[in-house]
Amino acid sequence: MSVGPLPIAPYRRLWLYGVVASVLFFLVAPIFIVIPISFSDSEFLEFPPRGFSLRWYAAYFSDPQWMAATRVSLIAASLTVLFATPLGTAAAYAIHRAQSRWVRSLHVLMLLPQMVPLILIGIGLFYVYIQLGLVNSMLGIVLAHTLLATPFVVVTVLAGLQSFDMTQEKVARSLGASWPVAFFTVTLPQIRLSVVSGAFFAFITSLDEVVIGLFVAGGDNTVLTRRMFLSLRDQIEPTIAAISSLLIVITLAALIAVALFARKAD
Amino acid sequence: MHDMTACQRGHTLNRQELAADERREKRQILGLSLPAAAIILVLLVIPVGWLFALSFVSNGEIGLANYTRMVEYSAYLSIFSTTILVSLFVTVLCIVLGYPVAYLLGQLPPRLATIGLAFVIVPFWTSILVRTYAWLVILQRQGIVNDALIGIGLIDEPLRLAHNLTGTIIGMTHVMLPFLVLPLYATVRNIDGDLMRAANNMGASPARAFRDVFLPLSMPGLIAGSLLVFILCLGFYVTPQILGGGRVIMVSMKIQQNVQTYFDWGAGSALGVVLLLIVFAIFYLVHRLAGLDRIFAR
Repeated sequence: MSVGPLPIAPYRRLWLYGVVASVLFFLVAPIFIVIPISFSDSEFLEFPPRGFSLRWYAAYFSDPQWMAATRVSLIAASLTVLFATPLGTAAAYAIHRAQSRWVRSLHVLMLLPQMVPLILIGIGLFYVYIQLGLVNSMLGIVLAHTLLATPFVVVTVLAGLQSFDMTQEKVARSLGASWPVAFFTVTLPQIRLSVVSGAFFAFITSLDEVVIGLFVAGGDNTVLTRRMFLSLRDQIEPTIAAISSLLIVITLAALIAVALFARKAD
Repeated sequence: MHDMTACQRGHTLNRQELAADERREKRQILGLSLPAAAIILVLLVIPVGWLFALSFVSNGEIGLANYTRMVEYSAYLSIFSTTILVSLFVTVLCIVLGYPVAYLLGQLPPRLATIGLAFVIVPFWTSILVRTYAWLVILQRQGIVNDALIGIGLIDEPLRLAHNLTGTIIGMTHVMLPFLVLPLYATVRNIDGDLMRAANNMGASPARAFRDVFLPLSMPGLIAGSLLVFILCLGFYVTPQILGGGRVIMVSMKIQQNVQTYFDWGAGSALGVVLLLIVFAIFYLVHRLAGLDRIFAR
């Protein structure tokens, strides 16, 4: 099989390159417009900004409410990683290893959080949390984010397991290792990159979650995205540009880390 | 003679033990999925089932009132038709914009394709809120687009681009595009380039080869991607809420309003159940037409 350009002269497809370049520009442009605006010295959202200043970053870092929301979000995201990564890895290993008629249903179950509309998960959790007294609690937020993040870990680790040669684990077993020993000493070290990637995805999933947070993450445990959403509905202050830029940088850093891991795995 | 039987008996015992061992291990390994499965059951399946039950309760009475209201009141019908029309339009836009991207990236050498793909994956993982905010900034009255159009003399008065249907559709298309491109790219990447060359050698024009060879082979990815986009649009909340400025009411917004403003769980749940049924019907369709795996191949 060969991949590669067709025998069509490149100049005859210039229009195609033009279309694709414009679409790719459309995709990334908004992200790279927010960053310059965050350094603007004006109250108005001008682009290109006329003067440079850090006042919106200063406004963000000196506002106790924004700081509190940021702290809640970072704690929630870290705890979500701690929950979702082992849970998702264990589930992926079970799906990959177990030869059972339950595996297919299990796989579909793991994908459910990505299939059911978020708004429905949001009000469902809201209802249950009211009964359990978990509304606006850190535990409630982390559980909800774990629910959303686990499928990403499952998918990522499953991909890692699929490119791993399971006979290595069989060899370890035939030499007398129990399956947990074989998993932790032979398999896990070799799929660790996909596990770490899954953890990064879990972190971003939690950090960026909005809809469920609108229902269950208020009060003392208001998450950053909820505060951003509510302030966006009322007015568009440039402080949000500063916060958005920081979120973009965190996402980019996580993606670059994942890409580097992927390269190392090859 | 006596020794042989003992030995044989030992063998059978051993085999039984081995089989028991294997079964135990199978159970243990399957058990590894229990914590994740429990989270999903307790936090998703049970709450949604609960909502399903609530949807049959209206003003303390059990019945179909929440559902009949959806058909009787034109407000509900218009919310559903808005949701479906907006979702359809965004899906079509995503196909028009996304297909050329997946098509070209699928043929580029891997290194170049990876760079192009980064332009799709970075927005995919960037917070939806951040991207929606960016569009609000770009599309506002004194935004970049209006400034540029006035600057080149195309318009005199700034256009209304945000806080309405136009802004909603631009923002939603931006958020949804990667969901179409990624599964489509995964399919297109695996199309054997020799097939197109063969068509070419047999005298087909590039357009003909595309229509008769490439397009049909890319269909599973296209179907999976566009139905995924359509489903996600149907339940979309954040972007229409912010960029619609109250002029575009989607089902998700009505659900939120019913629950948080009116505390009418029955009405909100009933809308949610209808939404979920549509979504599951479409997932079933994808499963039959293209295979579910394609949607989640990232």
